[in-house]
Amino acid sequence: MTKEECRKLVIDIISDIVTTVKPDVRLRDQLQLDSMDFLDIVMELRKRHGIEVPEADYMQLASLDSCAEYLTPKFQAKA
Amino acid sequence: MKESHYDAVIIGAGMSGLAAGIRLAHFGKKVCIFERHNAPGGLNSFYSIAGRKYDVGLHAMTNFVPPGVKGTPLGKLLRQLRIDREEFALCPQKRSRVAFRDCELQFTNDFAILDAEVAAKFPHEADGWRSLVQLVRTYDDVALDAKPVSAREIVGQHLRDPLLIDLLFCPVMYYGSAQERDMEFGQFVIMFKALYLEGFARPLDGVRVILRVLLEKYRQAGGERRMKCGVARIVEREGRVAALQLDDGSEVTADHVISSIGYPETMRACEPSHQAEAEANTGALSFVETISVFRQPPAAWGWGDDTIVFFNDSDRFDYTRAADLVDPRSGVICFPNNFDYAGEGLAEGFLRVTCLANYEKWAGLAEPEYQAAKAAWLQNMQRGARRFLPPVEDTVLAENLVTTDMFTPRTVRKFTGHLNGAIYGAPHKVKDGRTHLSNLYLCGTDQGFLGIIGAMLSGISMANYHILQKG
Repeated sequence: MTKEECRKLVIDIISDIVTTVKPDVRLRDQLQLDSMDFLDIVMELRKRHGIEVPEADYMQLASLDSCAEYLTPKFQAKA
Repeated sequence: MKESHYDAVIIGAGMSGLAAGIRLAHFGKKVCIFERHNAPGGLNSFYSIAGRKYDVGLHAMTNFVPPGVKGTPLGKLLRQLRIDREEFALCPQKRSRVAFRDCELQFTNDFAILDAEVAAKFPHEADGWRSLVQLVRTYDDVALDAKPVSAREIVGQHLRDPLLIDLLFCPVMYYGSAQERDMEFGQFVIMFKALYLEGFARPLDGVRVILRVLLEKYRQAGGERRMKCGVARIVEREGRVAALQLDDGSEVTADHVISSIGYPETMRACEPSHQAEAEANTGALSFVETISVFRQPPAAWGWGDDTIVFFNDSDRFDYTRAADLVDPRSGVICFPNNFDYAGEGLAEGFLRVTCLANYEKWAGLAEPEYQAAKAAWLQNMQRGARRFLPPVEDTVLAENLVTTDMFTPRTVRKFTGHLNGAIYGAPHKVKDGRTHLSNLYLCGTDQGFLGIIGAMLSGISMANYHILQKG
């Protein structure tokens, strides 16, 4: 698992939450993720990949880069 | 574990119960919805007579915003339930108005119209109006721990003119207030946004389109559903729900129970029953609605393109339980034909008129008198509503009339189980959904997010807050 692959998995999750992601518009321009959406990202990570994110670490999911930084080791530990 | 154990049981397959079910099933919970009626939808259902389908409850879906508008309840709901906007097939309203004897305010899905109406007709209230709108826009109306405050009191700090205050309260109360005369300010804000800042829409085929989407999502997510089988008793032991006794006599158990049937209705279902709590918070407001079906759309004889008309002709708008069977002084007119269906349309013309009613008076009538009262009030209510519509000859309407139907507080009680036929439920809402039992939560009408979008968000919030967030 590379950071790039990890980013891709997070984008997959976000695209399913925001059902109409347009490929030609920057993600952050079409998203307005609120606390409900964050809960969803966390729960989809658990559902799809068996990865647990404790509430204290939610801040680590603030941006795609920080997601990759924080989650990649977790994915690697599972592989 | 035996087969009849669930991670979560939901009581009632209305909008809120279905939404909660979708969330829980999507995240792998073993969940079952029990519904006493044979049709889903609860207070927002539909029925057929002689092959013709009628909506109950839904005049218009509130909270409509065009695609691309962010941070509103509709968008939140679609995301949480993984629904594509197109699936709801929403068509926006044409225009609506609040019509009082001496003054009228038009509003559409564009807030600028109402804003201009208020500025033109109440120039002396310009500053107060601006500050009220600003407060509404920034108020956290979905905080689960908010303290209840009076809407009349807060609005009174901004506006002085009783006529303007009543004009604004009329639609807001008719579309959601379980309280007489006043409402909780948070609820006022929810409805003000839902009606005035956002707007009305409807799928061409009515509420069943929305229900179909929800049922299909729930099924796909793996949720179970049992119709014609309600929960008769919630058996408590040591501060928890120990078991649920079903209408068919069997028993199931669950880690969590979400009840959408209403606060007093839930308290009465508890074993031992919590009668006193139920009585202290039972709603008293019910409604009658008449539906007339015509050969042509109402615009054909000059009734125009109003979608909804909220009317009142008493000196002060008096939102209270009717003293008589019906209070014809105020009400709501709905023309389901007058949405922008983009070239399509309903095959027949529909007129719906809704007024406040008195449950006890209707419930006390013997069958022949009940039928006679329905027939008489059908005429009365239509006559009353026509005061606020362009004049049309009686003969024109009579020639065009195909059929009529009507529901009363008795009908509401029978099909939804709501005590007193109280459509908007208990006067005091339980925002955090908590009850005296640690694994029993409320969602829907008595949790207090209003309208059908609110109902769905209520189910979502309670499922998230009490079950999913806890892992």
